[in-house]
Amino acid sequence: MVLCAELAGPPAHPGEEAGTLRAVGLAGGGMNRMKVDEEEYWHSSKCKAFTFDDDDDELSQLKESKRAVNSLREIVDDDDDLEKFSWSGEPVGSISWSIKETASSSSNTPEGRDSGLQKGSSSHPALPKQASSYSISSFFKGRNKLGSFQSLSDALSDTGVKSYAPELRRPKADYKDYSSDWSPKDTVRRMQRGKICSLERFRSLREKLELLDEAVSVHDGNVITAILIFLKRTLKREILFQELEVRQVALRHLIHFLKETGEQKLFLDLLRFLDRTEEVALSQYREHLSIQDAEKRREFLKGCIRLPFSSEDAVHVQDHYTLLERQIIIEANDRHLEAAGQSEIFRKYPRKASILNMPLVTTLFYSCFYHYTEGEGTFSSPTNLKKTFKIPDKQYVLTALAARAKLRAWHDVDALFTTKNWLGYTKKRAPIGFHRVVEILQRNSAPVQVLQEYVRLVEDVETRLNLAMKYKCHDVVVDQIRWKN
Amino acid sequence: MFTLKAGRLPPADVKNIIFLVRPRLELMDIIAENVLSEDRVRSPLRDFHILFVPRRSLLCEQRLKDQGVLGSFIHREQYSLDLIPFDGDLLSMESESAFKECYLENDQTSLYQAAKGLMTLQALYGTIPQIFGKGDCARHVANMMIRMKREFPGGQNSIFPIFDTLLLLDRNVDLLSPLATQLTYEGLIDEIYGIQNTYVKLPPEKFAPKKQGEGGKDLPTEPKKLQLNSAEELYAEIRDKNFNAVGSVLSKKAKIISAAFEERHHAKTVGEIKQFVSQLPHMQAARSSLANHTSIAELIKDITTSEDFFDNLTVEQEFMSGIDTDKVNNYTEDCIAQKHPLIKILRLVCLQSVCNSGLKQKVLDHYKREILQTYGYEHILTLNNLEKAGLLKLQTSSRNNYPTIRKTMRLWMDDVNEQNPNDISYVYSGYAPLSVRLAQLLARPGWRSIEEVLKMLPGPHFEERQQLPTGLQKKRQQGENRVTLVFFLGGVTYAEIAALRFLSQMEDGGTEYVIATTKLINGTNWIKSLMEKLEPPPF
Repeated sequence: MVLCAELAGPPAHPGEEAGTLRAVGLAGGGMNRMKVDEEEYWHSSKCKAFTFDDDDDELSQLKESKRAVNSLREIVDDDDDLEKFSWSGEPVGSISWSIKETASSSSNTPEGRDSGLQKGSSSHPALPKQASSYSISSFFKGRNKLGSFQSLSDALSDTGVKSYAPELRRPKADYKDYSSDWSPKDTVRRMQRGKICSLERFRSLREKLELLDEAVSVHDGNVITAILIFLKRTLKREILFQELEVRQVALRHLIHFLKETGEQKLFLDLLRFLDRTEEVALSQYREHLSIQDAEKRREFLKGCIRLPFSSEDAVHVQDHYTLLERQIIIEANDRHLEAAGQSEIFRKYPRKASILNMPLVTTLFYSCFYHYTEGEGTFSSPTNLKKTFKIPDKQYVLTALAARAKLRAWHDVDALFTTKNWLGYTKKRAPIGFHRVVEILQRNSAPVQVLQEYVRLVEDVETRLNLAMKYKCHDVVVDQIRWKN
Repeated sequence: MFTLKAGRLPPADVKNIIFLVRPRLELMDIIAENVLSEDRVRSPLRDFHILFVPRRSLLCEQRLKDQGVLGSFIHREQYSLDLIPFDGDLLSMESESAFKECYLENDQTSLYQAAKGLMTLQALYGTIPQIFGKGDCARHVANMMIRMKREFPGGQNSIFPIFDTLLLLDRNVDLLSPLATQLTYEGLIDEIYGIQNTYVKLPPEKFAPKKQGEGGKDLPTEPKKLQLNSAEELYAEIRDKNFNAVGSVLSKKAKIISAAFEERHHAKTVGEIKQFVSQLPHMQAARSSLANHTSIAELIKDITTSEDFFDNLTVEQEFMSGIDTDKVNNYTEDCIAQKHPLIKILRLVCLQSVCNSGLKQKVLDHYKREILQTYGYEHILTLNNLEKAGLLKLQTSSRNNYPTIRKTMRLWMDDVNEQNPNDISYVYSGYAPLSVRLAQLLARPGWRSIEEVLKMLPGPHFEERQQLPTGLQKKRQQGENRVTLVFFLGGVTYAEIAALRFLSQMEDGGTEYVIATTKLINGTNWIKSLMEKLEPPPF
């Protein structure tokens, strides 16, 4: 009978509850088993299979403890060449032992491979819920087999999935002087060297803080993080936050840890507690980047507006929301227009990309390109954008110029710069230097007559002459020379 | 040895697979994928091991556990490679996130690694008797070193100390040097093409061997990869020169090599011919080296003679010499309007901010708005990071300290001699890197002469002495140079390295410098490390 154990729910994060265990894919009539039989089944293998209900079976735990303690004496012997024996009496590392281990671990995947049959699903919680898992027996429950250092994570948790690679001889140093009596200082020293430590005996707040302070003083990031994980699980949140507020180094580590593991909610709670409101706002705002759907992103941004940003940033976030809102409308509209095939501009210049999530200036360019003639009333008109987002003249003129030049709409370009003064005469003015205008026109292959006209308007004489020669505006050159003479 | 890649492991007839990785979570996901996609049935069972460089990480092991593969590893260890030698006088931790961690997140992991690296150095080269430092991170590192020494007294070695002084410098003491465009040969290669672990990838066209009669077909498409270090004679000679001085060196070299090859006509006797032939490999290597660097110099020249490079450099130099740093700059605005690469814009505005000790509210708001409107509102996050790092900030006091610092430390030198420099300011054609000036003044006449200026720079400055066992006190011979190890916490540029090397070879300089850092940086990848990683827009 092949049983695949699969955890429902998202991959577990430290401290979070994992989903319920569900037996899936039982072959051969397993589907009809009664629930009570499932319990029996789970407990029937030679080696204790992994379940969440481990802690209910205290008797078996005790038995294991006894067995483990007895075998401990053998292992802690000074004789290096000792043999280790598993629960079933086989010498560890022997072939028969590894076969047995392999067979019994069929409830998990064989050979030390944790069940990861479904991509991304974890098969066990990072940390167990029960409190009594740090007895000596926990070390022998299908521990990861190592030649040397234990993982620090093993120091904390252990009733994770069992792995049954043939055990290599564990160096005696790992178990030397094992006692349950270490001070915080000794515990930290041991953890630094990667040795096994049980943290559960630190029950009082004072002891726990002593442990943390000791870790901080030795500057070992891994140890600090390990202890923080322990504290996070065993302390009330408010107390933890309070204590960390005055412990900057440990606080930093916790923040880093929460960020890395993606525990966004707890991270934001911590920041709020510390009154780092702007950081809360920015951190929440950052999340919008992972929302792909435009409508959902818009909703999210709407919610961000009232967050405690600095006053300048608040305006920008508001603008971001407004812009996306407009873009969604424009996009929907234009897609319609394009599909209908009636609009000339869309026929001649089919859109290469969606306008969603583009920056404001790009949107303005788009609007000057496709919707130039629209009045201020529509969302897609350039003048509406200018007004709504308070786009400065300089930026507006530049963008409009670029768009109209690309379309070779020279009359529109003219109109941009023409103003009637009080006498009724038209005059050309630009909030940007005319040399820039010439540059942009030239880049869009404007005909010489058009170029010429603007070269003539360049204020600086030398630049004017240079540009005239560069772009072969002979009339201007001639005029220049004539004027000089 | 294979590069870590997602998917399946490459086929190989081996029993053991060792993953040698930095402790980064993303890498753990790739490893998990590798392990899980191992074909269990087919191949002989393989053993997995993992080596974390330089230190194991609880979070990474947790991640492997979450992915369900932790148990597959038989050995999980760490390989304490803290400092990697890049050249005879250059060591780097290559920790990309060090600056961000230290100055944005207050995370001292890389400082701890720096301290460990220094302890290893001392174990190999003797205890360093004098430690000077400037900056908060420098203070932390020094404290850690002292504490580490106390805790492992057994490390009292009997090695004669090679280093006389250690100078620890925070990057944020001198934010200016990485922002300005470097103008040494090596600096420009890094700025334009990016040097990765002493390798550079260049566009291949100029490196194709020109054959007679072939009209440019079969041009190579793979970028040309070259290794750049001091083992190459010519490179060692030109790398630290101002780019404008490189041309004459190359043409001189060309003449020498041509002449050497011409010798073959003069070789009459068998003995002479034999001698010529024996030198041939060396001459051919020299010629190939010359060809490569001539091509590289041409590539660089195309950029440095462009209008845009010139305009950009002009504005940078204006800022650094204190001109118009308090108003919105036209060139910067134009670049934003033309949507030049964002990092270029950020370097310019940050440079202006640093040279003005912060920007006035109106100016800062103006730049911010233009950037957000042109490149997207999501860049609020990056701008925020830059502000936190002190690169782009509001002017707090009405006083601008930069002119005082500039004048006292002689940071801007008008008369720069690029061909035969007499001062470190040649590396930026006018600007003397502040960090290197600090080192220079420490050696002579000492920091007491610049107490006032030091107070204007962020962080404490300090001096520590470490006891040397008796008998190992260094007695300096007449004319023998002191050796100073300068450790940049947060990154160092090739231009600064060139400046320190310049000081080393100065006659009567009195000090030789060895350089260590958390990372070799240039303005572009440095700013990039401070930018938020943005997802590509959904299309």
